[in-house]
Amino acid sequence: MTSPVRELHPKTESPVALHDRAMDNLRYIRETMERSGSFTHVSGLGGVAMGLVACGAAALAWTASTPTEWVTVWLVAAGISLGIAVLFMARKSKAEGATLLTGPGRKFAWSVTPPLVAGAILTVALVRAGAIDMLPGMWLLLYGTGIVAGGSHSVRPVPIMGAGFMAVGVAALLAPSAWDSVWGNVWMAVGFGGLHVIFGAIIWRKHGG
Amino acid sequence: MARQSALQRTDAAERSLGAVEGRSPEAGALELDRLIHERVRLGIVSSLAVNGSLTFTDLRDLLGITDGNLSAHARKLEEAGYVQCAKSHDGRAPKTEFRLTPKGRIELQAYLDHMEAIIQATRTQNGED
Repeated sequence: MTSPVRELHPKTESPVALHDRAMDNLRYIRETMERSGSFTHVSGLGGVAMGLVACGAAALAWTASTPTEWVTVWLVAAGISLGIAVLFMARKSKAEGATLLTGPGRKFAWSVTPPLVAGAILTVALVRAGAIDMLPGMWLLLYGTGIVAGGSHSVRPVPIMGAGFMAVGVAALLAPSAWDSVWGNVWMAVGFGGLHVIFGAIIWRKHGG
Repeated sequence: MARQSALQRTDAAERSLGAVEGRSPEAGALELDRLIHERVRLGIVSSLAVNGSLTFTDLRDLLGITDGNLSAHARKLEEAGYVQCAKSHDGRAPKTEFRLTPKGRIELQAYLDHMEAIIQATRTQNGED
């Protein structure tokens, strides 16, 4: 094992080398910390806000008279929620002096994105096939899958929340969940509304932001 | 002439090193090197600084080193009081968990301060030239 002790000491050593070594050491520390850290920038407040948006969307979707209206309400709500999530996570990471898409943040994003993309593609396919009643279960299940996968790089409540979404999604797929019945909106409100609010509050209390 | 200037800059950097912790540059640098400056030990301490605790396996995989290498370096840090090691059983499998001590956290902070001081001193000297 070589100890760099001697390398720091000699008076004849170039100061540029010292400076470079110090920079290199700081870079190594930062990279090690990023690699080993959990993604803690999932925002609790953002989760609560997303939940409230979903509750509002459920109430609005209940008044929809056509499948197109119903799907549109939820897609708009999804877009708003995505914006809220990114905004609150960016705010939290900035407050902690970090950047959003480095280390664990990047892993989180890469884990969450594929199931969400799959969900978007399946949404188009199911709408075209007229299988609107399958949407609540599919959305909840795939969103939960993404959160569980991303949550493996984050704090403990996040993957647990993801598992909750998956469970509600399975229930919605197996139980009645017609878009124009109360059930279709109840599953959505329980999942995207209730779980986001409950776990958002837990994350807010335990992990801040 | 250039060499003399370089020597002056090195002295300035080392003075900054010592000034950070209020001890002589020689003593400060020596202590750093022995305990934290070594790459693997620096990796262990840095990893533990952002995690409450890490298991032996987690640390080994994270740093990409062998069991023996991790054991040797972790022991040195433990003897210095920088990390705490707790042994338990997860079912039948033995489990070793490491945690950074308050002393280890202070020393890591001091090390970071030292590195920043070196960079700052060099920049200051370069700016004066």
